Amino acid sequence: MAEIYKTVLYDLHISLGAKMVPFAGYEMPVQYPSGVMKEHIHTRSNAGLFDVSHMGQIIIRPKNGSLKDIASSLEKLIPIDIIDLSIHTQKYGFLTNSNGGIIDDLMVSNQGDHLFLVVNAGCKKSDIEHLRDNLDDNCILEVLENRSLIALQGPKAESALSKLSKNIIDMCFMDTLKIELLGFEAWISRSGYTGEDGFEVSVPNDNTNEFVRYLLRDEDVEPIGLGARDSLRLEAGLCLYGHDIDQNTSPAEAGLNWAISKTRRENGARCGNFIGSEKILSEIANGTKIKRVGIIPAGRAPMREGVELFKDLSDDIPIGKITSGGFGPSVQKPISMGYLNTKYAKINTKIFAEIRGKRLEAVVTSLPFTKLNFKRSN
Amino acid sequence: MKFTEDHEWLVKEDDHVIVGITEHAAEALGDLVFVELPDVGTTVSKGDEIVVIESVKAASDITAPLDGEIIEVNEELTEKPELVNDDPLGAAWFFKMKLTDPSEIDNLLDEDAYKELID
Repeated sequence: MAEIYKTVLYDLHISLGAKMVPFAGYEMPVQYPSGVMKEHIHTRSNAGLFDVSHMGQIIIRPKNGSLKDIASSLEKLIPIDIIDLSIHTQKYGFLTNSNGGIIDDLMVSNQGDHLFLVVNAGCKKSDIEHLRDNLDDNCILEVLENRSLIALQGPKAESALSKLSKNIIDMCFMDTLKIELLGFEAWISRSGYTGEDGFEVSVPNDNTNEFVRYLLRDEDVEPIGLGARDSLRLEAGLCLYGHDIDQNTSPAEAGLNWAISKTRRENGARCGNFIGSEKILSEIANGTKIKRVGIIPAGRAPMREGVELFKDLSDDIPIGKITSGGFGPSVQKPISMGYLNTKYAKINTKIFAEIRGKRLEAVVTSLPFTKLNFKRSN
Repeated sequence: MKFTEDHEWLVKEDDHVIVGITEHAAEALGDLVFVELPDVGTTVSKGDEIVVIESVKAASDITAPLDGEIIEVNEELTEKPELVNDDPLGAAWFFKMKLTDPSEIDNLLDEDAYKELID
């Protein structure tokens, strides 16, 4: 059996009454005693604290001292503008394969003398291999095992974190900041995976318990498990790697063209020149056969991952499939996302999902399901 | 009150039984978001999957605890699945059934035996 890892907060999770489950090779809290529904609502109305230390934190440094050179090398693997990424800002992107599929989605930030990547837990190992195989010799890769990652999300996240430092108040969505908190160096980004304003804080393992216990003393802050993390990101229309996107889905199919910088597209200054660029750029220009959409069931039955979609009550040929689905505690109804043949992917198209042998009505809808509450400007 | 190994409770009432799920089951399932009840008048055999319940986490079934006929269902659960988490032993009964052999209920677990099962 493969080894199962624990984050440095394992004992704290247990003492808080968490139900632990194996996730991406880690023993992680899926929920605390208050349960998924309350944890979800608490995050949207106050502040939720998430242990996301299972995610991979990677530093890329230039051997020759030139950040531009490593940015240029990384641009061959990620179709976003990294060369002109402003210092202390972060961008969403993805590693692509030669078929135009997605190897992983990730965050990249410019930290002045190095680039900092945060990648999915389940893809960590293969991402690192892919980076080692494809980055040039000038790139020194450093995989951080000595830092944890804590997300603080929700409308009260700013006030809770600002008790440790007022400087975080000036940060906008996707800004990053290195700052001393409680005597250690925190690496903060104003981002997250819930659709709410919030922060992700990289903390040395030795200081993580102290940092988290400090935040949890705030009456607005509650610990939140992976269950609510999933329903929060689903309502926010965000993809979960391995479910909504994978090696066989392309950015255009997934509705992620917005993440591909203009400068890397046709007629851009650094057009193409990334793995899978031919396929990906042609799909941006010509469209795709399938598309990721939001789906709202007409009834109360949740339509979950794997459920097949049909154009009517009787046709045998599926027109698509649900890739994520469940109940949205904030929207108070079942919600799903999935892929549909582009022909049926227009908003308001009536479709049917087959559940337990029955065809149940649903409607194609735009994403996200909830308003995104990012702090776009000061 | 009698119990099954599938975490259902049964209470005798006149010539039939009321069936629900235990607190232990409700807690293990997590927040319920969907309940699909059988039609009144359905004849069921012990072990038949007759109720579909879905929590925030997953879908599962409630099976018929014994042979019999469904004579009433708790429609309120369709609109308010969360009742199952709030009051599993009271307001959130699932269905009433007339047993083919009413004496069979005596073979089910009593409270002590059920407590032992979940400990």
